[in-house]
Parts: sequence; C-alpha cells; structure tokens
Amino acid sequence: MRSRDLGFRLSIGAFAAALLLIVTAIGFELARQSWLSIQRFGFDFWRTSTWDPVAGEFGALPFIWGTLYSSILALAIATPVALGIAVFVSELCPPVLRSPLIFLTELLAAIPSIVYGLWGIFVLVPFVRLLETWTPESLRALPLFSGPPLGVGMLAAGLVLAVMVVPFTSSVAREVLKTVPETQREAAYALGATRFEAIRAAMFYARTGIIGAIMLGFGRALGETMAVTMVIGNNPQVSLSLFAPQYTMSAVIANEFTEATDALYLSALVEIGLVLFIITLLVNGLSRGLIWTMARQVSSKVAA
Amino acid sequence: MQTSSLRHLVLAVATVALTACGGGTQQPAATQNASPTIQINGAGATFPYPIYSKWFSEYNTLHPNVRINYQSIGSGGGIRQLLNQTVFFGATDGPMTDEQLKSAPGPILHLPTVLGAVVPVYNVPGITDELKFTGPLLADMYLGRVKKWNDPAIAKLNPGVKLPGTDITIVHRSDGSGTTYIFMDFLSKVSPEFKTTVGVNTSVNWPVGVGGKGNEGVSGLVSQTPGSIGYVELIYALQTKIPFGAVQNPAGEFVKASVDSVTKAAAAAAANMPADFRVSITNAEGAGSYPISSFTWILLYENPTDKAAAKATLDFMHWALTDGEKYAADLGYAPLPDSVVKLEEAALQKIKVS
Repeated sequence: MRSRDLGFRLSIGAFAAALLLIVTAIGFELARQSWLSIQRFGFDFWRTSTWDPVAGEFGALPFIWGTLYSSILALAIATPVALGIAVFVSELCPPVLRSPLIFLTELLAAIPSIVYGLWGIFVLVPFVRLLETWTPESLRALPLFSGPPLGVGMLAAGLVLAVMVVPFTSSVAREVLKTVPETQREAAYALGATRFEAIRAAMFYARTGIIGAIMLGFGRALGETMAVTMVIGNNPQVSLSLFAPQYTMSAVIANEFTEATDALYLSALVEIGLVLFIITLLVNGLSRGLIWTMARQVSSKVAA
Repeated sequence: MQTSSLRHLVLAVATVALTACGGGTQQPAATQNASPTIQINGAGATFPYPIYSKWFSEYNTLHPNVRINYQSIGSGGGIRQLLNQTVFFGATDGPMTDEQLKSAPGPILHLPTVLGAVVPVYNVPGITDELKFTGPLLADMYLGRVKKWNDPAIAKLNPGVKLPGTDITIVHRSDGSGTTYIFMDFLSKVSPEFKTTVGVNTSVNWPVGVGGKGNEGVSGLVSQTPGSIGYVELIYALQTKIPFGAVQNPAGEFVKASVDSVTKAAAAAAANMPADFRVSITNAEGAGSYPISSFTWILLYENPTDKAAAKATLDFMHWALTDGEKYAADLGYAPLPDSVVKLEEAALQKIKVS
C-alpha cells in the first residue's frame, strides 16, 4: 500500500515537473533564438517603434501597445456582459432556459477564430465603419476618435475579441457563483436584503474566483491572433484612437514569420514572441497577486 | 547524413506499406511496385501552389512511382528549409540573395516555372470605367503623396472619368508575401524615392495604409472600403471579379494584365536573361508587355545527395516545362515563353544525377 502511494506521488510529481520544464524550455528557446536581436537592439527593442524589414530596424513598441490596448478594450466590453450572463444563468434564469443558454455560450467558445475573423471582416467591420461615419465632428476632434472611418482598426478588434472572451469569462464566473453556499443568500434574505443585494453579496463572496475568470479572458485576448489580424488593420503605430488601424504581437508573428529569410528579421520576430511570453507571465503573476491579497484581506477580516 | 538515413527509413517503410496494400487487393499492383516509389519533398511559395499541386497530381497519375509532396509555407520558409536541406527542392517568388546563396552548402539553381502578375484593384464610388495608372502615380499613392481620387495626377491619365473627391485608402498585404515583393520591386524601379524610403522585400515598413491578410484580406478590404486601392494576384482579381486597372509600361502603353501581356513581358526579358535566371521582369521593355509581372522559381541543388530523387525531379521538370505548361493559362498563370524553356532545358543539364 505504502509503495503504491509513493509511486502515485512520484508519477503525479513528474507530471507537475514536466509542466515547469516545458515552460522553462519555451522561455529558454525563445531567448536563444532571439539572441541576435537582443544583442543588436537591447532594451531599445521594447521602446522604439520602427519596424522596417528592409533596413533591418526592429522595435516592438507598437505591437506591445496594440496587444495591451486591444485586450484591455475587449475586457472592458466583455466583462459586464459576461458577468451579466453568469448572474442571470446562475441566479435569475428560469430553469427551462438555463441549459440552452449554457449550451449557447459554450458554442461561442467552440467557434474557430478564423470564423470570427471572417465574420469580423464581412459583418462587424462595415457596421463599425457606419458607426465611425456617424460619429459627430465634435467627438472626432478627440484623440480617442480621430482618423478616417476605415472600419478596420482598434474598435473592430476590441469588439471581436470581446465576443470571443465572453464565453470563457461567463462560464468560469457561472461555475464560481454556483459554489457560493446557499446559506450566504439565505442569510442575506433573512437580513431583509433585496434580490439585487443578495446577488451582490454572493458576488462579493465569490470575488476572487470572478477576478480569476476575468483574468482568464484577458489571457485569451492577449494571445488571440487570427481574428484580430483580420480586423485590426495591421499598421504598427502607437495611437490612442479607437478608429486607427493598429497591430498586435501575435498578429505580426503570424503574418511575417513564413516569409522572413534574413537572420536578424527572424530573430526579431522570435523576440516579439519572447516579449509576449514575458508579458503573459507578468499579467498572470499580477492577477495571482491580486487574488492572493484579496484572499488575505478576507482572512484577516475574519480573524479581526 | 542523419537526415538521409532517416529518409531511407521512411522510404522503406512507405514502400513496404504500399506493397502490402497493393499485394492484398490485386496481384499486378504488387509487381508494378517492383520499381521503388520515390518520394520527393518540396516547400515554398504559396503563389504557384495551385499549379504545382495540379502538376504533381497529374505527374503522379502518369508516373505512379513518383510522389511529390509540396508544402506551401511561403517563399521565405522554402528557402530556409532548402538551406537546412530538410526538403529536396524549394520554391520562391523572389530570387535568393547572393548572401543566401553563399550560405548554402552547395550551388543552387533557379528554375523559372510559370509567370504571374500583380494588379491594382480599386473601389472608387461611382466609377465603373477602367482606370489607368502609371508606375510613378502608384508609387506616390503608396507613399501617401496622392491623397484624393480627384488629384490632378489621376485625372490627367483618365480624361472623361468623373473622379470623386473621396480620400484614398491604401490597402496592402499584412503578411509577408511574394505578391508584395513583386509590387515593391516594380514601384522601386519606377520611383527612386520609393526605393530609398520603402525598398523591396516580402514585407516592408509601409508609410500609409491598412493591411489585409492574404489576397482575400486585401480584396475583402478593397471591396468594402469606398475610396480604397490595393494590389492582388491577377487570378484573384479574375476570380472575385473585382475591377482592376491598366498600368503603363516603359513603351508608354496602358496594358491590362492578362496571360498574353504577362508572357510578352517574359519574352522581352528573355533576350538578356542572365545565366542563373535570377531576373526581375517588372517594368519590362517591349510592346504589349504588362509591367508588374514576375517569374516564380523552383530551387534545386546542382549536386544533390539523393541521386534517385534527382533523376526523378529532372524528369518531372522536363515534363513540367513541356506538357505541364499547358495547364498554366486555365489557372491564371502565364506559361513560359519558348525561348526561356530552351535556356532552362540547357540549365537542367547541370544537375548531377550520378
């Protein structure tokens, strides 16, 4: 019995170690293959914005900007919708509607991103262009809405990403809300809370899990490639405008990797991958940290 | 060494599997497999993929023992894999640079297979007429210099066309591509300023515009965006029925791209074809030639290690240059002019098969 237990622990431990090993190996390989570019550009790679394959000058700033901007925009649009769906399904929904709604949100997650991209080009982009042409001149003067109404650009990318992120965030948030003990709600009602207040209490109870759900969506938005590259306009520039065509890190890798023959060019593209890897690690680390501090606050409150 | 022994192993396994399958169903198939199956791997350009896959499947029905497997991973990828000797042949839309050739383990031959053309496609509100462009005008548009459709530079070339005052939206490829290479090559030839500020590559630092992924991305953006202009392969414009313009050639004529006008450009260039076939035929001299045309090449080592594959590839190339060229026009490519085929047949002699 003992030896079997040990064997089980060892094999499970090996799987966990393999995960660590894979992540380290990815980081190492990315750094190795981008060494040429790291040596050549150093930290300038992170803060310059020229991307010129002909002259061999590479800076990643517009891609970093575009990735973060589009992901944060997607998060801002998707989070209220996703949480609304989750709350509706878990708290308010009549039982007949529940399974179809769950099925439909999960169906959204199963659609391949190229299909989202095509839908983006043919449905969303014309709609966004219309929206942009309707924007009054007074608003157009603001940096947030400047530029010609092209349709493709940051706004279209943020919207496509938001649609793609919603099923992830809402599914996890729904599961998290399900784990809130019924006694929590009953206690809230017993204290005379309205339905809204009871739901708010439940969401507060589940807040670490809900933040986890939002972060999962953010991670998904950071790495999404195909759908974004089809609607974002692929122009490397740092612009605050929602109407301006921009670019993301994963999109430039997908677009240019196959035709990159020059060693430095290839190395710069791999370094973009490294930058994306580091940023993803940072974002995950930050969200872990956030959840951890929140959990600690709760326990200290309980202790007090 | 390791790769070649691996290839032999794969070959052996494949042959055994094939023989086993054939033998199980009917006797003659097993005897046919007495001549060993030869598997040839290639990778490279996406632009000639439709005709290459047609060729490889046609050739396989004629010669069942020769299987050519082609991965259309892009010209850059094809060159990389050829240099690493992970494939037997490569394919590219832009010739290899001297530097790349120097880094190769052995001399490499460029063999033109067919020709293609890149056309300017546009979407100008209210315009159904065919628009005329010159090279310098296209360069100025792509530099962001010409901003409105009723610019005098456009109006001068298109008398009688009522051009609107719409803003010009430039559309280009966002992915690295041979199509971009050909178009940049042409614009750099006709505009010195374009050459110094942008230059020639499969992707460049675009001064203006939005990027669409692939030919379908560019044509999608153009057909949806009023006032836009982009560039796609001829076959793509024909298939999607998107209007495309005529471009002025060095002889001063405005020529629309067609199989005929592209072959004329090649014939004009054939007169002073360099021995290694690494030639750009954009802006070609000669009456009736379309100026944004290009060869696409298959890349082969002059002295390959796998002699059986070399022999089979050579036979295939002879077939492709003669019978194979007949399939070109239907698929929107221009066949090679006879003069180029003759030069190439001579060049194929350089490949050592024993």
